Amino acid sequence: MEQYSTIVSGFGGQGVILTGKIIARTGMEEGLEVTWLPSYGPEMRGGTANCTAIISSELIGSPVVNEPSSLIALNKPSLDKFGPSVQKDGVIILNSSLIDDFSVVGSRNAVPIPVNEIAKDLGNQKVINMVALGGWSNVTGKLSLSSLKNGMKLILEESGKEKFVGINEKALEKGYEAAKEGVKASSV
Amino acid sequence: MSEEAIAENTAKMKKVFDSPESLNDQHFSYCPGCHHGVINRLIAEAIDELGIQDTTVGTAPVGCSVFLYKWFDIDVIQPAHGRVSAVATGAKRARPDLTVFAYQGDGDFASIGTNNSTHAANRGENITTFFINNTLYGMTGGEMAPTTLIGQKTTTSPHGRSAKDYGYPIKMSEMLAELDGPTYITRQAVYDPKRIDRAKAAIKKAFRIQMEDEGYSLVEFLSACPINWGMDPAEANDRIKKEVEEVYPLGDIIERG
Amino acid sequence: MGEKKLMRGNEAIAEAAIRAGCRNYFAYPITPQAELLQWMAEYMPKQENGTFLQAESEIGAISMVYGAASTGERTMTSSSSPGISLKQEGISYLAGSELPAVIVNIMRGGPGLGNIQPAQGDYFQATKGGGHGDYRLIVLAPSTVPEAAELTFEAFNLADEYRNPVILLADGMIGQMMEPVELPSPVDTSDLPTKPWATTGKDGRDANTIRSFAMGAEALKSINQGLQEKYDNIKEAETRYEEVGVDNPDILLVAFGTVARIARSTRRLAGEQGINLGIFRPITLWPFPGNRLAELSKKVDTVLTVEMNFGQMVEDVRLSVDSDINTPFYGEQGGVVPDPSRILQEVKKYV
Repeated sequence: MEQYSTIVSGFGGQGVILTGKIIARTGMEEGLEVTWLPSYGPEMRGGTANCTAIISSELIGSPVVNEPSSLIALNKPSLDKFGPSVQKDGVIILNSSLIDDFSVVGSRNAVPIPVNEIAKDLGNQKVINMVALGGWSNVTGKLSLSSLKNGMKLILEESGKEKFVGINEKALEKGYEAAKEGVKASSV
Repeated sequence: MSEEAIAENTAKMKKVFDSPESLNDQHFSYCPGCHHGVINRLIAEAIDELGIQDTTVGTAPVGCSVFLYKWFDIDVIQPAHGRVSAVATGAKRARPDLTVFAYQGDGDFASIGTNNSTHAANRGENITTFFINNTLYGMTGGEMAPTTLIGQKTTTSPHGRSAKDYGYPIKMSEMLAELDGPTYITRQAVYDPKRIDRAKAAIKKAFRIQMEDEGYSLVEFLSACPINWGMDPAEANDRIKKEVEEVYPLGDIIERG
Repeated sequence: MGEKKLMRGNEAIAEAAIRAGCRNYFAYPITPQAELLQWMAEYMPKQENGTFLQAESEIGAISMVYGAASTGERTMTSSSSPGISLKQEGISYLAGSELPAVIVNIMRGGPGLGNIQPAQGDYFQATKGGGHGDYRLIVLAPSTVPEAAELTFEAFNLADEYRNPVILLADGMIGQMMEPVELPSPVDTSDLPTKPWATTGKDGRDANTIRSFAMGAEALKSINQGLQEKYDNIKEAETRYEEVGVDNPDILLVAFGTVARIARSTRRLAGEQGINLGIFRPITLWPFPGNRLAELSKKVDTVLTVEMNFGQMVEDVRLSVDSDINTPFYGEQGGVVPDPSRILQEVKKYV
């Protein structure tokens, strides 16, 4: 696989950091080279948070990406900030629960997913990030749903949060399915 | 007296005074009438009597005590000015089996190193500190210290220390006694035999507290600096009794079980 | 080598230090190295005889390092640029007293408060002194997270071997980013070499003294000559570097740390445009691998130095190569990380 980069961005508390880590960890488990780079400092205290995950079959030079292959935007400021820099043939997963104007995406393959509503239906608002990540898996095809479930499980187990594995698996599945519909919707 | 007679008399004599094992066979280079030498000797006697010469590490910074490693026959670390409490902390934390003491002057303990000394005390660091308070900077030329008395003339307070410009003499022992960390804080003097005996008992007590893992102990000494005070040794001793003790009273300040 | 783990640079450095037998760690919180301190707080107390102590100040932390290192135990502190400035007094004393210790600097932007973004502005401070007096630190500059772990482990060996402080000089990006790391196997601390010079109580020997003090002029001169001889030995034996594509390069790029890894991406882009970009990466910033750089520079007309500062290592590059070689510089600062394609623009100016 050529170098594939993803920026995950949203409000602090939306699980942005964890989502990027799961991409990197899953890539590592699949035998790929990976890097994960957070934005850090005052930015992460209450404001927007973002991180960059890169997966690649060859050695990764710069962990900083100015033109990412894909973007997971969990709120409007994130889409406005990073959307225009996504590669022209890149993918944007956007949270349509919080974003109604996504004119900035231009010609890119933008897939709206109402992650807040889906998470609400699942009974846990904390899993919006996994809903989005499931959608990302479907649209990009870079890491399979089952690989991501495994990566997520490993990370949660290592941080003593194994009891949340089940709900996060469901969220990944729901997001994966919702993206199928999303692709259809955007191509109409 | 003939040589035979001398030998005969010598054989009858009993040794009543000797240099402590923990001191090297050297003359101190302290100024005449300075109390550092007396205090050094008392610490060495205490180390001998407690049987800890082989397991004691001393720390003493630049200043009049910079040659501590020459006087004492124990392992010695010589840190930067003001850092003695932190260096002693590092050594003790790395090797809790050692007895570690910090030997600090008033510039060191009460001025440039206040942050380090205060926090070592507050942590209840299991070290023993000897704080030599002679109300000025001795080695650099008799400058004013935070411990200098109001009105005292030094080379940097030639018109006398003014409270308006420099505040009041800092009472480190009383200040640290306000903290919950320290176990034993006392102030001693060594200008007469009675006080020397008390001071030595305090030194031994401070060491024992460390050896029993009881935490931070501090012995402050009111120390004479006749040269920088512009006095002869007897006058300097008198000054401690009449002036310095007025501001820094002698005795135990806290003792916690 | 053990299992592969996805770790932050700060965490990998901390864990590698523990595995190298470091049992004494003293530090003060500062961004962007806080995770290092937090890792130590969690795991150091779980080691036998492990000491973690959050110091009252940076100066307190380096002084505690001085005390612990005096007892011969493996000892470390870490901080970021402004904190390292505060530690300079203690670093000079460590060097003067010939104490082994490891100091980690996860660099951020300066001068003054600067910011918390990655930077390489402390090259001068680390390699040319920083504190007072004639002394040198061994300076190791990792460019990836796994290498940060590897060099941390090695730093303790170098410090012990030469009785000299070692600085691991990384930046906020390496501290913060995650990469897969194969951690070194833990050493058995009882297998580490004994240190007969340490102050451990004089039991059964003459008393030891740790000091950087000599009153007489001749005595101090002789101590300093001894230090210089040691530094010469280090130069001889410990100079390290990495070379990529230097057999027949069109141009040579010199970079360390984060910038060197970014230059790998530039090399790929350059290759697509038919330019063979050679990369020379000093791993030891002191001793600087000037001799090897001089050899390599004979193959090219231009040696381009790229740094995240306004030109510090470039001075050592210029001292190393012949004066007829073109030695331009490109730098970014303030936390701006040079982009591979932006570096390529610079490269193309000279090809």
